[in-house]
Amino acid sequence: MHSVQVQDLTKTYKTKNGLVEAVAGVSFDVAQGEIVGFLGQNGAGKTTTLRMLTTLLKPTSGSARVAGHDLSTDAQGVRRKIGYVAQSGGTSPAASGRSELVLQGRLYQMNQADAVRRADQLIQEFDLEDLADRPTVTLSGGQRRRLDIALGLTHRPDVLFLDEPSAALDPQSRSLLWEHVRKVRENYGTTVFLSTHYLDEADALCDRVLIIDKGRVVAEDSPENLKAQLGYDIVTIELATDADRAEAVLAQHPAVQEVKAQAQGLRLTVEHNDRVLLQFLRTLDEAGIEPLSIQVERPTLDDVFLSITNRSINLPGQQPMNV
Amino acid sequence: MQIISDSVLLFRRHLDTTMKSKISILIGMVQPVLYLLLFGPMLEKALPDASGSNAWQMYVPGLLVQLGLFGAGYAGFNLIPDMRAGVIERMRVTPISRLALLLGRVMRDAVVMLIQAVMLTLVAVGFGLRAPLVGVVGSFVMVLALAISLASMSYLLALSLPTEYLFAPVVNTVALPLLLLSGILLPMTFAPGWLSVLSHFSPFRYIVDGMRDLFLGHYATRSVLEGAIVAGVLVVGSLALGTRKFVQANS
Repeated sequence: MHSVQVQDLTKTYKTKNGLVEAVAGVSFDVAQGEIVGFLGQNGAGKTTTLRMLTTLLKPTSGSARVAGHDLSTDAQGVRRKIGYVAQSGGTSPAASGRSELVLQGRLYQMNQADAVRRADQLIQEFDLEDLADRPTVTLSGGQRRRLDIALGLTHRPDVLFLDEPSAALDPQSRSLLWEHVRKVRENYGTTVFLSTHYLDEADALCDRVLIIDKGRVVAEDSPENLKAQLGYDIVTIELATDADRAEAVLAQHPAVQEVKAQAQGLRLTVEHNDRVLLQFLRTLDEAGIEPLSIQVERPTLDDVFLSITNRSINLPGQQPMNV
Repeated sequence: MQIISDSVLLFRRHLDTTMKSKISILIGMVQPVLYLLLFGPMLEKALPDASGSNAWQMYVPGLLVQLGLFGAGYAGFNLIPDMRAGVIERMRVTPISRLALLLGRVMRDAVVMLIQAVMLTLVAVGFGLRAPLVGVVGSFVMVLALAISLASMSYLLALSLPTEYLFAPVVNTVALPLLLLSGILLPMTFAPGWLSVLSHFSPFRYIVDGMRDLFLGHYATRSVLEGAIVAGVLVVGSLALGTRKFVQANS
């Protein structure tokens, strides 16, 4: 059962310089209860896609079903079943969190008593007890973000859309936020579709990642598979002296793809191989070089992202269309 | 009906926001009095009383329209912080009726304007206005129509402009000629031919003329009819345009 099915969705804007394809035809499915991340740089088309899927923006072409309703013919049906938390949030600065939560319930046609009860429940669930009666403008970024997400969940939506949920939050607020998002799925089976340009966020939170670049989905898999697909380890060797000589001898090793000198030593891109470290040490020892330390890192989603988006830049026909 | 309950819900929220701010209440009450206090005393010399009527019956309807132009006409300013904070977008994702998004706000603006109009009229009585109650009440209906249409157009403008910096200059630029062409300060009968012709392109000229007749107790006149028709067309047209903008708003 799919919560979100997207088929060839596009959005083209007219500008002075011609047509700009913000979203150049994306297709994907999101299963019920899945947390899927939309990963891409600023301007890649993430927000535009999200705004189309949440009925805020009319697609230029393509179709989508969201929470069982057709986006183009039944926008009201979609609206009843989804929650959306925009990048900038959506709370009125002068209003209190509690009054915003009650209003939100009323906007979804709850009666006053139900809306008040639901607001109390969310305040508790999102640890907002001490903050709920203050004007939202006095809340910190992390606190306001929790309130934003509570607002998005007021009507117990089937699908929750989060646009850059942790942008501009400190590390503690971020992990707290992730905790809340995970709990939402765990407790209510809510499907979560979020956009982010933080790779660690996608890694920490998502079952599946769609990498979007220049308005197209260029990769789609679990974070683990995406990382495995890259298949390279990064070996960092710290050296006091002899960096040049070390570079020369190690570059000859068959597993080494690339050697880069850096301030404190070398950084090598190496085919994944469990024995490679021992061989490196032996080679260095034979050459009379003693490293200060040697470290191996599995690729991060950052590396995957860079490798994929670099590759896609070189493919023809992926630049924004200028007519 | 859903549209009505949605509109009332948002109306109450917006009215709450206005009423919670003591400063905005104070400003709202001071404004109409200032018009009377700083301009009224010169009036009696400029427009001597004719038989059976006094200058205030000419001047107060004009003031009411001016209050609308510079009050409800600037309503769009209230939208800008909400657009910036994402409140409009948050509401557009909910199933709430799009007309209610506009009506809730416009109803608040209309109520604020009506309260101001009543205050201004009462203070004007202190200054020497005498007018029949039926005519004054009829004028207030036109004031409501005026507030609804001006506020709707103001929201439409706020949602349409590429940057919020443009809002104040654009409203000023539109409001000033409308004000002058409506014969608000002086009756348009003083105007030379070309200016009089031009003034007929301002919808507010008809409303001011209609309201002046109502204040004079002349109910079954052409001016009253024209004023009422223009007011009705303005309300329907501006609400339709405003709602369309809320459907597709890009904010």
